[in-house]
Amino acid sequence: MTSTQASPDTLSALDRPNSYIGKSVPRPNLDRLLQGRGLYVSDIELPRIAHVVFVRSPHAHAKIKGIDASAAKRMPGVIGVVSGEELATVITPWVGVLSHLKGLKSAPQSAIAIDRVCWQGEAVAAVVASSRAQAEDAAELVSVEYEELDAVTDMRSALDPAISVIHASLGDNLAFERNHEAGAVDQAFAESDEVVEAEFVFGRHTGVTLEPRAVVADWNAAEARLTIYQGTQAPHMVQNIAALHLGLKESQVRVVCKDVGGSFGIKVHIYADEMATYALSKLLRRPVKFVADRVESFNTDIHARDHRCKGKIGVKRDGIITAFEIDDLTGIGPYSMYPRTSAIEANQVVNLVGGPYVTKNYRARARVVFQNKNVMCQYRAVGHPIACSVTEGLVDLAAMKIGVDPVEIRRRNLIADDAYPCASPSGLRFEQLSHHAALTKLVAMMEYDALRAEQASLRAKNIHRGIGIASFIEVTNPSAAFYGVGGAKISSQDGVAVRLDAQGSVICQTSITEQGQGSESLTAQIVGSVLGVSMDRVRVILGDTDNTPYGGGTWASRGAGIGGEAALQATKVLRKNILDVAAAILQSIPGELDIVNNAVVNVADGAPRVELSELARIVYFRPDTLPPGIQPELMATRHFVPREYPFAFTNGVQASWLEVDTDTGFVKLLKHWVVEDCGTIINPQLVDEQIRGGVVQGLGAALFEKCVYDERGQLTNANMADYLVPMAGEMPDIDVGHVISPTMESELGAKGAGEAGTAGAAAAVTNAVNDALRPFGTIVTEIPLTPQVILTALGRI
Amino acid sequence: MKASAFAYARATSVANALELLSVHGERAKVLSGGQSLLPAMNLRLIAPELIVDIGQLAELRGIVVKGGVLTIGALTRHADLLKSPEIATHLPLLKDAVAHIAHPAIRNRGTIGGSLAQADPASELPACMLTLGATIIARGVGGERRIAASEFFAGIYETALTPQELLVAVELPVPPKNSTYFFHEFTRRHGDYAIVGLAALAAVEDGRFDDLCLGYFAVRDRPLLAKSAGKLVDVAVTSAVLSEACSALAEELDPLEDQQATPAMRRHLAKVLLTRCVASLLARRDLCAGGPA
Repeated sequence: MTSTQASPDTLSALDRPNSYIGKSVPRPNLDRLLQGRGLYVSDIELPRIAHVVFVRSPHAHAKIKGIDASAAKRMPGVIGVVSGEELATVITPWVGVLSHLKGLKSAPQSAIAIDRVCWQGEAVAAVVASSRAQAEDAAELVSVEYEELDAVTDMRSALDPAISVIHASLGDNLAFERNHEAGAVDQAFAESDEVVEAEFVFGRHTGVTLEPRAVVADWNAAEARLTIYQGTQAPHMVQNIAALHLGLKESQVRVVCKDVGGSFGIKVHIYADEMATYALSKLLRRPVKFVADRVESFNTDIHARDHRCKGKIGVKRDGIITAFEIDDLTGIGPYSMYPRTSAIEANQVVNLVGGPYVTKNYRARARVVFQNKNVMCQYRAVGHPIACSVTEGLVDLAAMKIGVDPVEIRRRNLIADDAYPCASPSGLRFEQLSHHAALTKLVAMMEYDALRAEQASLRAKNIHRGIGIASFIEVTNPSAAFYGVGGAKISSQDGVAVRLDAQGSVICQTSITEQGQGSESLTAQIVGSVLGVSMDRVRVILGDTDNTPYGGGTWASRGAGIGGEAALQATKVLRKNILDVAAAILQSIPGELDIVNNAVVNVADGAPRVELSELARIVYFRPDTLPPGIQPELMATRHFVPREYPFAFTNGVQASWLEVDTDTGFVKLLKHWVVEDCGTIINPQLVDEQIRGGVVQGLGAALFEKCVYDERGQLTNANMADYLVPMAGEMPDIDVGHVISPTMESELGAKGAGEAGTAGAAAAVTNAVNDALRPFGTIVTEIPLTPQVILTALGRI
Repeated sequence: MKASAFAYARATSVANALELLSVHGERAKVLSGGQSLLPAMNLRLIAPELIVDIGQLAELRGIVVKGGVLTIGALTRHADLLKSPEIATHLPLLKDAVAHIAHPAIRNRGTIGGSLAQADPASELPACMLTLGATIIARGVGGERRIAASEFFAGIYETALTPQELLVAVELPVPPKNSTYFFHEFTRRHGDYAIVGLAALAAVEDGRFDDLCLGYFAVRDRPLLAKSAGKLVDVAVTSAVLSEACSALAEELDPLEDQQATPAMRRHLAKVLLTRCVASLLARRDLCAGGPA
């Protein structure tokens, strides 16, 4: 690993003896999960629990003329069949807008559709029964009369005056538009030696979590309190929204989030069927469980990435990039999602295009339109894969045009590693990035020159391999700039409370959440290291609004950087408090004492003085023996949010090595490399697997995943046979390397790593395919890169 | 995703199963490995009133070689075929094909009889039966019927079986000693249903085909034994001959359009497969050089 910043002169709280920081220690929750003792929402059974199944619209756009539930209500086990109108008596509709996204508009959305359905899969009625099977039986008998309306499906014609407007009150189908101009774009293009243009097309796809979305809502009328068990990334956000729309105080809503089987941003939103489940529990005064089945997941989990982006790049003959220009169009379904909105992805595209490069000349337009398809919103690496594919695709096209090697053009244009702090043409502020160090490391890892030679020799044998490079930046550790400033009650700060128990173990409550990425582990590593106790003595509690500090949760690559720093600061306070007590007991001074291996020791000679268990015994059971005036506080709480920079940007570069079968259009991935810089690495294995998992999701987008809609707005592949998720057999080995530039905003220095892999994988693959296809004089700028797309580009079919 | 309510009967013998089928006919479904039936029921695509579970009928499981014929019981699982020394020795083509069926968990449960009775046009085994000249043994209350594989597959999920019949076994002649084979399928991911696949069996003598059977799958509503194979038998195969065979093949196909491929793409890939198959069986890399016609 390479460090671009000098090490501090003194040991920090993290460099203590026996530190877990930077070590691949096993995750504390592994045994529990591997022994099948996890607690997922569908495992939860409560007395009198009922199961809800939603009757969903088969049409993309239709009027609801009538609902006849009489036969369904007579079915065995049925507790109730509830329409949108009936449910509206307990829950209010919402509008997914944020004030900092100027001009963003959307229409009120109800928990269950009232009068009209706007996408295939929108719920029109809820059937609640004693078992899921009974509810499904009854749901088949709910008869809904529809009058089909024109469906707006193609984003390219959604703004056409001849096309019907989905929400008449909004006037048109334009949800949001952003224009941005920096530098002297026209002049730059005019002075360029070459200007290259291309249109990039991105398939709509989704996150496909192993565990589907699931909720158990339990309204206790006697306590006037709603407990929501839900696999969510943001428990306090759910608490706020549920309370707001059910007319409750936040103190009347508890959100409990136990184990979660994958989230990827899918579970950071508020879905209509989840709101309906909360409301049904209140209406029926009993616990209600909703578990989306796989077909429902495809039809209602947020989709993402459905973009068509025109791009233009100017370049001088010496390889200097003069300007970028983009025009992005995306269709988001009939409503902007709540509460994070569906304008963020397009907004991110505008923010991020050209981000790694020096040029200041940049023009961008992004338009977000409504359509009668499932809702779109933020999924892992929001906007990054679009921006990276467009930017890196254009850079490669420019390099090809002027005959410069793809690595070389990047060397000539990436922002220099000593140029920080600086800002991008879209106004993003960078604290410290390491593009050149990362690229240098990548080139060495992949043995770039040898690979080029191999490529050339294979080409002579009619074997067509390609190398693709993609530099990227990633938004992590977001401050309030992301949502808070726009009025959303989504906290950007996180809190951690740590306390020493009566036997010298540590209980740590944190507001970040765990969905499999290792939040629990990294928190325990930090607490154990800073305090000087072994990790097995640290118990981490997450995901419970009654029992953790207030905070944002885990999304946008923020858990380690923000929640981790709060853990560090809280533990430092606890450590100081313990040493104060120890000094009083030992008639020493705190500065001469330390905590190592679960015991207070002398700093000077390391000699053990008192076990933490003994100290705790004295404090809790024999406080009478402490000197007068000593009041031990063996619990400490600290909160943290970055204040200096709105986001802690990270950077990295990826490379793909693949083979294209030019007879069949099939792409075989041979190898993938990533070098990234997430600052301080707490657990190298967790970081590397985050990167690999992210890369695999990006490779899914590149080659396989697409929600295929027909012209009537019907999703035609809503199952695991036809929607192709990336599988292990097709995945290449993924080598991961690191450059480390810690952020100075926190003592921990950690930035996020959750989305870097997804950000650049598709761009690297597309560039590699085009590199392989070079002898054929064709360029592909559409993903997924299916055999059909490649054979068509090659003119074979 | 819960199946509609259904009645369940565990057949105690083949006779008992046939009795149940003769009484319930189309209202009943036979449960073998359940790898296609149960997902379809859970998706409520089908809602049989009665499930006749034949899983306990040990007499339907097993592989026997006798007098130049392999008899494979209908309940023989894909995993059994993959592990069988008899299959490896006498029908290596079948072993190769089975390795392409889905994933281990599915191969551990799925059965040859179930796959053939399901008759998915994109599945491997029906085409293998055509190529290998199999005879399908169907039993009803009135006795047994022997149906040539070429007569068995009638369309998408359609076969010559009546609702009252049970597929009990398949018989496969052991190919001559000098036979060679080729199996390949194009799938987006390993284990997926094929976009186009080919199970071929050949007798090669002095660089020429004495015999060539080309069992294609996913090229129309049922597997196809390509007649255009005849253009390659008893001739010196040149690029021109191969190209002509490819053109004739394209005429024979009636590919369906789905999300993976247009008919044009399926025709194209079928020709690529033919080219690669011939080049492989004749050990003539030169035939692949210019790509398919």
